Amino acid sequence: MPVEETRIVTRRLREHPEDSWTIECYLATGGYEMLRRALEMAPAQVQDEQVKASGLRGRGGAGFGTGQKWSFLPPGVYPRYLAVNGDEGEPSTFKDHMLIERDPHQIIEGAIIAAYAIEAHHAFVYVRGEFALGAERLEQAVTDAYASGFIGRDILGSGFDLDVVVHRGAGAYIAGDETGLLSSLEGERAMPRIKPPFPAVQGLYAQPTVVNNVETVSTIPHILRMGGEEYAKLGVNRSTGTRIFSVSGHVERPGNYEIELGLTFRDLIEGLAGGVRGGKKLKFLIPGGASSPWLMPQHLDEPLDMDHVTKELRSMLGSGAVMVYDEDTNPVLVAWRLAKFFARESCGKCTPCREGSFWIERILYRIVNGRGRPQDLDLLLSFGNHIVPGLNAPFAQTTICALGPSTMSPVVSLDRWFRDEVLAQCAPAAAGIPVAGA
Amino acid sequence: MPFTPENRAKAREIVALYPYARSATLPLLHLAQDQDGWVTNEAVAEVADLVGADAAQVHGVRSFYTMYKRESPVGFVVSVCTNVTCLVTGGPELYETLAAEYADQPEVLVEEVECLAACDCAPVFQVNYDFHGPATPESARAVIEEYRTGVRTPRGVSGGRSV
Repeated sequence: MPVEETRIVTRRLREHPEDSWTIECYLATGGYEMLRRALEMAPAQVQDEQVKASGLRGRGGAGFGTGQKWSFLPPGVYPRYLAVNGDEGEPSTFKDHMLIERDPHQIIEGAIIAAYAIEAHHAFVYVRGEFALGAERLEQAVTDAYASGFIGRDILGSGFDLDVVVHRGAGAYIAGDETGLLSSLEGERAMPRIKPPFPAVQGLYAQPTVVNNVETVSTIPHILRMGGEEYAKLGVNRSTGTRIFSVSGHVERPGNYEIELGLTFRDLIEGLAGGVRGGKKLKFLIPGGASSPWLMPQHLDEPLDMDHVTKELRSMLGSGAVMVYDEDTNPVLVAWRLAKFFARESCGKCTPCREGSFWIERILYRIVNGRGRPQDLDLLLSFGNHIVPGLNAPFAQTTICALGPSTMSPVVSLDRWFRDEVLAQCAPAAAGIPVAGA
Repeated sequence: MPFTPENRAKAREIVALYPYARSATLPLLHLAQDQDGWVTNEAVAEVADLVGADAAQVHGVRSFYTMYKRESPVGFVVSVCTNVTCLVTGGPELYETLAAEYADQPEVLVEEVECLAACDCAPVFQVNYDFHGPATPESARAVIEEYRTGVRTPRGVSGGRSV
């Protein structure tokens, strides 16, 4: 049976590629009607009967329950803020980029509904700095939404006030971490903060704050349209609804595919993305962005279920970026490039990440360049154990944010699946140098 | 140079969008870079004054974010991705070829950057934050030259429109 997408969040941009980002197209395709419906409900109704009931979980990477996150706001403490996370930087994830450029009003409508539900009067959409066109279209959309009375004072006669600000980042992966984002939004270096206090309690300007991903807020109008309980019927187990998967690498048709959760990796990679290109064999895949441990061909029939991938496969669906590598790929080369990414993007606040990411990159670099030592993989695991105690997913960490343990994902994956291949690339002549902690 | 009167007015409008002026730091640094082609020490001081921060704090922000240029003014930032999808589709060759080609032309800054979130078009590059791809060294060179000769209209060096 052919695999088909379930286009909910991506429907408008697929059906109206010529003008999906304009307010004219948005209004002509039912836009802002769910805002009207939400404003007729009490905020608690939107939160409980719609978003909580839908089972919606964050689409940025952590997969935390959206309604649950909202419910952590301490009662009676104001002002509250909403920050929409559009700082998409997880390698090979390109879904939010598409949503920002091609359906900005959907983000804004979702953000207004979310702000109403959490009783925030100021919302910020943090857009990755490199998305110049995306920021431009979002700003235009905000301007048009103000002009139409969807944002501003007394929205649609409801008495609810909201200001929305589009805020551009300036080049820092770590700004995509929710507390890093808040530091950045306050005009600082995007350094993450220790939790607790969680942003819900002390976030932006030390006030209660909700940070939700772009795809997450884009889904909210559809939850209202379908009804929370109806939305929850889509998907599998605690992974309800659809997700947009960004498939890239050695596939025939790389792209974003929105599918119901519970389909398999094979459905996605072979059914939709056309399989490994040039008729080659699959060597390995990275299922959820650079931070996720790798999977192998034997995992192709596993379901895209967030908890299943975490618990049974010791990886994660993360940001929904599925990278596919063919039989000719050198896994050490891929691991090195990811290590270089983490080393460049480590903010420097926590020593294990700052120093660890640097050394992981240096050691993998020498292996890739034929100067590896037979004990190098064990050396990496030895000091990596100080970043990720136990070296087993789900990762424990000695750092403030998840970038620290993410640096070890490529290394743990090499050890798990390609140990012999790594050792074969290491030069035996360099043996005899002691390994710390061995 | 200091903000032009128009950009200074725009800077004040941006500051007014936020509950606390300090939040306008990043957007104002973008504005300065779009105007001058880099973020000068003078711009840092002026932005600090506008957002009520110490200049040292704004220096710290400028040097933390990769989009802000502080070595010399540039006309075109060419950002070439070599992260893992571009890695296996020709990104490193694209970067090396363009970097060598424009090495002696200070107007064009060729940078190796991290994933630009356009992996379905790998290998990708940007010119002043407008996307192009999939690219070969030849097609990329042609696109860059179209910006330089005015066939294409470039954004500012920080990706803004009003320079």
